[in-house]
Amino acid sequence: MTLGEPTQVQQEEPQPVGIEPSDSAAAAELVRTPMWRVRLRLFRRSFARNWALFRENKMGMFGLVLIGIFALMAIIHPILMSTVWDPKVYDPVTGYDAVLTEYEVVEEVTDPTTQIEVSEARIKLNPTIKVGDTVRIPAQPAPPTWTGENPHYLGTDPQGRDILSQLLYSTRAAFFLGAVAALTTVIIATTVGSVAAYFGGWIDGGLMRFADLILLMPLLPLLIVMSAAFDINMVMLGVLIGILNGFGGVAIVLKSQALSIKVKAYIDAAKVAGGGDWHVIFRHIVPNVLPLSFLYMMFGVTEAIAIEATLSFFGLLNVPMTWGVMINTAQANGYLLSGTQYWWLLFPAGLAVTFLAFAFFIVGRGMDEVINPRLRAR
Amino acid sequence: MTVSPVRTKPLLEIRDLKKHFPISRGLFRRPTEFVHAVDGISFEIAPGESLGLVGESGCGKSTTGRMLVKLMEPTDGTIVFRDGEYEKDVAHIGRSEVKEFRSRVQMIFQDPYESMNPRRTIFDTVSEPLAVQHVGTVQEREERVLELLRMVGLTPPENFLFRYPHELSGGQRQRVAIARALVMNPRFVVADEPTSMLDVSIRISIMELMTKLARELGVSYLYITHDLAVARYMCDRIAVMYLGKIVEIGPTEEVLARPRHPYTRALLSAVPVPDPTYRRTPVEIKGGISKAINPAPECRFIERCPFAAEVCRTNPHPPLEDKGDNHAVACYRADEIAS
Repeated sequence: MTLGEPTQVQQEEPQPVGIEPSDSAAAAELVRTPMWRVRLRLFRRSFARNWALFRENKMGMFGLVLIGIFALMAIIHPILMSTVWDPKVYDPVTGYDAVLTEYEVVEEVTDPTTQIEVSEARIKLNPTIKVGDTVRIPAQPAPPTWTGENPHYLGTDPQGRDILSQLLYSTRAAFFLGAVAALTTVIIATTVGSVAAYFGGWIDGGLMRFADLILLMPLLPLLIVMSAAFDINMVMLGVLIGILNGFGGVAIVLKSQALSIKVKAYIDAAKVAGGGDWHVIFRHIVPNVLPLSFLYMMFGVTEAIAIEATLSFFGLLNVPMTWGVMINTAQANGYLLSGTQYWWLLFPAGLAVTFLAFAFFIVGRGMDEVINPRLRAR
Repeated sequence: MTVSPVRTKPLLEIRDLKKHFPISRGLFRRPTEFVHAVDGISFEIAPGESLGLVGESGCGKSTTGRMLVKLMEPTDGTIVFRDGEYEKDVAHIGRSEVKEFRSRVQMIFQDPYESMNPRRTIFDTVSEPLAVQHVGTVQEREERVLELLRMVGLTPPENFLFRYPHELSGGQRQRVAIARALVMNPRFVVADEPTSMLDVSIRISIMELMTKLARELGVSYLYITHDLAVARYMCDRIAVMYLGKIVEIGPTEEVLARPRHPYTRALLSAVPVPDPTYRRTPVEIKGGISKAINPAPECRFIERCPFAAEVCRTNPHPPLEDKGDNHAVACYRADEIAS
C-alpha cells in the first residue's frame, strides 16, 4: 500500500460565535417575519453600502447635486404658474408681455438694444419725432427686467414670452424624455443581451446582426428623416431613442457581460435544480447584468437630452416648448448670430442642456466606480 | 462498508455512454473531427453506494458527471435511473421530463466561489430547487432550509439564512452547496471535485460531512476527483478513467491494493507518501496525456504503456474484463502484469 492517508489536520473552520440550541427562538422569529420585510432590510443594507461608496466620488456627488437643482426647477414651475405668475403673461408657449423699452432716436444706429433709427421711429410711433428724443417702444426680445408689474428675470424671447418660465417648463420635458429613453433602452438591451448570450446559436446571431445594422445607421440623420416623415412627439422620441440604443450598442455591451455570467457554475446549479431557460435568464443572468445596465441608463439620459435639443433646434419635433425649441426660436428670428448681444436667448437654454447632460454623465461615471471595483482609487 | 453493486437493482445503469465534441466547425462545413471526451463507458451505481471517478484532467470525468445530471446531452448510450417506481432512460427524455428527473438528482460543484449567485442570499440559493419545483410555501421552505443548514453544520442557521455568499468562507460556502444539493432529498448526487478548491485543513471536515449525510439520507454519490487519497476516503468503489475510457473499476481497497492496469499502477506510484525514507517504485510511463481527437482503434494507453505488446497493437481497445471480486480491468496483459 503506497497510498498516503488522507490529511490528518482536523481543524474546523471558525464558526460564528454564540452557538445556540438549534431550535432557537431566533430561528422561529425569522421564519415568522414576512419575506418582503426581510427583502426590504437586505435591500436597505446593500443600498447603504453602495451609497457609502458612491459618496466618496466627488464628481458623482456634484452631478447628483446638479440633477437635484434641475429637479427643483422642474417642480417649481407649476407652483409659480398657479401662484405668482399670471398665465396670460408667463405661459411658456402662449404668454405675451410687451415690455416698454427706452430707445434713443439717432440718425445712424450703432447699438440696436438702446438706439433706434429716426425713420423707423417715425413710422412706428409718430412722424414728429426728431433725432435726440427718447421713445418707449414695446420691443421683443426684451433684456432682463427686475422691476415693474411683471418682472422678466431672464428677459423675453422674440415673441414676448418669458424666458425663465420657458426654461423651467422645459426642464420637466427633459427629465421625462430622459426617463422614457433610458428605461426603454435598459429594458430592451438587458433582455436582448441576456437572451442572445444565453441561447447563443441563431438567436444570438440574428439579434447581434440586427444590432450591427442599427449601429451602422447614423443615429441623428436617421432621426431627422423619421421626424420629417412622421409627426413625432416627446414620448415617441424617447421610445425611439430607447429602441435604437437598446437593440444597438448597449445590447452588445450587455451581451458580453451576460456571456461572462453564463459560464459561471451557479448557472449550471440553477439548471440542475430544475430551473428552466427563463428562470435562469431572469433570476440569475439579468440581476447580474443589471448594475451595468443602470450605468448605460445614465449615459442614455445624456444622449437623449442632447438628441432632443438637436432635433427641436431644427424644428423637427412636434413639441410646444423645450430647450431646443427656445434656441430654435432665437435662430428662426435671426438672433443666433448676433453674438452675445442677445445672450438671454441662447445661454439659459444652451447651458441647461449642457449641464443636465453633463450631470447625468458624471453620475454615471460615479456609479461605474461603485459597480466596477477596478476603477476605484483605493 | 463495501456495497456489492449486483445484489440490489442498481440505482444507475450506464451503458456505452459517449460524448463527442465536434471541432473545426466552419460556417457551412460539417465537422469532420471529434474530441471523444467520453467514449463508450459502462458502469452501475447501487443505491447508497458512492463511486469514485478518478483520472487526470481532460480524461472525461467531468463530462461524464455532467451527462448524468443532464447538463450535457450524451452523443450515444443509455443512462437508466431507478428510484422506486421511477425507472427511465434519462439519456433520452424530453424537456418536460428533465425537470421531474432533476428533483431526484443534484450536483455539487468544484468552486464554491462560483457556484453561488453573488446577488442571492443563502436562503435563495439553498431553496432554489424547492422554488423551481414549486414545493411548499415560503415559510415551509425557510424551515426546511434552516433544518438543512443545521444538518451541514452551519449553526446557528438563522445567522446564515439571509447572508450573501461573499460573507462566508470557502468551507462554509461548500457546506451551503451541500445543503442545496440535499434540499430535495435526492437519491443521487454528482460531486465534481467538491474539496479540491478548499484549504487542506477544512477538506477533511467537508468529506466527513458528505459521507455522514450520505449514510443518514441514503444518497449515492458519483465522486469525481483526481486525488486518490480523497477517493479512498470517500468511495466504496473506484473507476479509473483514461482518455474517455474506463480502464479499471472495482472496490476501492481492492483496486488500490492490487492495481491491475498499468495506468492505475502509475497513478498510485505518483501519490506522495509522508515518509522521507520511502523509496518510490519507478514507473516507466512515457510522455503526457495525448488528445482524444478521432483516436485510433487500438488501446488508448498504448503510446505511454511500458507493457505494450503486439497483442495491444493489432486488437481494438480492450474491453473491461472481470478478474474476480468485482474488479474489472481493460488490458490484454493484465494477468501477466499482475504476476
